[in-house]
Amino acid sequence: MSSRTRRWLLTVGRVALVGAFVVFAAFPFAWMGITAFKQNSDLYNPQNNPFWFNEPPTLEHLQYAFTKTRFARWVVNTALVGAGVVMVTLLLTIPAAYSLARLLGRWGERASIAIFLVYLVPPTLLFIPMSLVVTTLGLQNTLWSLIVVYPTITVPLCTWLLSGFLRGLPRELEEAAMVDGCTRLGALGRVLLPLAVPGIVTVIIFSFTLSAQEFVYALSFVTATAQKTVSVGVPADMVRGDIFDWGPLMASAFLASVPVAALYYLVIERFVGSFTLSGAFR
Amino acid sequence: MAVAEGIGAALSRGRTWLERDRVLAPTLLVPAVAYIVLLVGFPFLFALYLSWTDATTGNPFGRFIGLANFALVFQDPVASRALRNTFVFTLTAQVLVMVLSNVLALALRRPFRGRGAVMFLLLLPWVAPVSLSTIGWLWILHARFSVLDWALRGLGLLPPGANMFWLGRPDLAFGAVVAVHVWRMLPFATVVLLAGHSAIPQDFLDQAEVDGANLWQKYRHVMLPLLAPVAVVALLFGTIFTFTDMTVVYVLTRGGPFDTTQVLASLAFFKGIVGGNLSVGATISLLLFPVLLVAAVFVLRAARRAEVAW
Repeated sequence: MSSRTRRWLLTVGRVALVGAFVVFAAFPFAWMGITAFKQNSDLYNPQNNPFWFNEPPTLEHLQYAFTKTRFARWVVNTALVGAGVVMVTLLLTIPAAYSLARLLGRWGERASIAIFLVYLVPPTLLFIPMSLVVTTLGLQNTLWSLIVVYPTITVPLCTWLLSGFLRGLPRELEEAAMVDGCTRLGALGRVLLPLAVPGIVTVIIFSFTLSAQEFVYALSFVTATAQKTVSVGVPADMVRGDIFDWGPLMASAFLASVPVAALYYLVIERFVGSFTLSGAFR
Repeated sequence: MAVAEGIGAALSRGRTWLERDRVLAPTLLVPAVAYIVLLVGFPFLFALYLSWTDATTGNPFGRFIGLANFALVFQDPVASRALRNTFVFTLTAQVLVMVLSNVLALALRRPFRGRGAVMFLLLLPWVAPVSLSTIGWLWILHARFSVLDWALRGLGLLPPGANMFWLGRPDLAFGAVVAVHVWRMLPFATVVLLAGHSAIPQDFLDQAEVDGANLWQKYRHVMLPLLAPVAVVALLFGTIFTFTDMTVVYVLTRGGPFDTTQVLASLAFFKGIVGGNLSVGATISLLLFPVLLVAAVFVLRAARRAEVAW
């Protein structure tokens, strides 16, 4: 075999391989998208080719999701919880990350890794005592329960990410500002934070998407339909008895998951970069 | 006037006091740490407490009953099954993820046209909310309208009108849960490995090429040793996420058929939250802890190695 044929075969093989993985990864989402626009008579006829629109596409499932279910309410709830969690996370994370990155030296790095380990504590380890805490605080069946509890996931992760980010910024500018008469906190506010905007945006996106994705705590604390978030409302409440409304169900799952996925995709590189040699793990 | 000046002086004294690093550093750090200690540390201790009592939702503090819950859990066939399933699911899924992600990362290593779009599609299972994407699988595996069944019938592998009942038979349901776990964790492992690939100096690969190494030899003797530390990180995270997950099982099978796909996390939910048996639920959850602890120690070691290397 000539080296050109070999190279060509390798390329074809690589394209086929990547293509197969792309189909595996994206198929459930494509399937949600197709199902969302199919008429019921088309969906529930086993003779029909399911890959085809055997009858014209329809918007009835979307309409149903928005008018006959609480989908819109769950979207709003998710946004509210996300906004609350972002606020709490920023308030706690920015000072902590600054302290770890600038004031505590070598110990700051070690402490930030210790804090990161808390991110690895899964909701499934703590949901039972946590639900008692939520009840004791009188927050069961409210969005507040999630706004209070989700920072236990976002704060450890974001403190670690942000302190790594701040450590990568040059100290000289703050020191110059302090020589010019700025206080430490003044230098933080006027010099460092503007430079840290990309890191802070990452924190905002992470806190929001992690809140929108969370399932276990939300399922445990909130049983009232009107107070649910999308990630729990759709799988738990769009089922009527044993009959699934697959059209509206797929429409809602698709509509809710794609924006969250797109947001998360924006920051995944930073997350992964932090584990590998270039980031906050050093 | 004098009073105002006095207050002003006190304030500015207070401010300079606050500005001292020894005061400022803990002041800024304490709120975050206190939040975590209160809402993670305390519930954890409370879980330990619950596991030694007979607490229920009606009587959340319960009575001290020693290790009776642990004895009960280990005698319960469903809990033993859940314990075994948790390990088998995690192990099977992670072995598959490690093999597949290494292959996929090799194929994606070099830049090509449309790589951004391909990466987005490949990452979807990781970046989308898992409770929603698993509903997509639920529909794909539907008892009557499964698209897989339709394809199998079309290929003649399934008689006309027949169905596989993917989630209704223990062996297939088991496979389905593993498949969805692999599907979800594969993107994460792949991007982590890709980051590892980008850190391999091209000189090493060129040199190996000059020495006449083929692709497998290059992979085995140049890439793999350099990828190993990163692969360990991907493996640890994958293990923790799969081992402690209840979402996939909850949405896909609810632990069924007949509790054959139950895992510790889902069983703890059904007993503790649905059934209100807080003590037994907490006990089952705590069985996750030893593995988590070991994984955390390895994460720390990986972090320390990175620290030394720099």
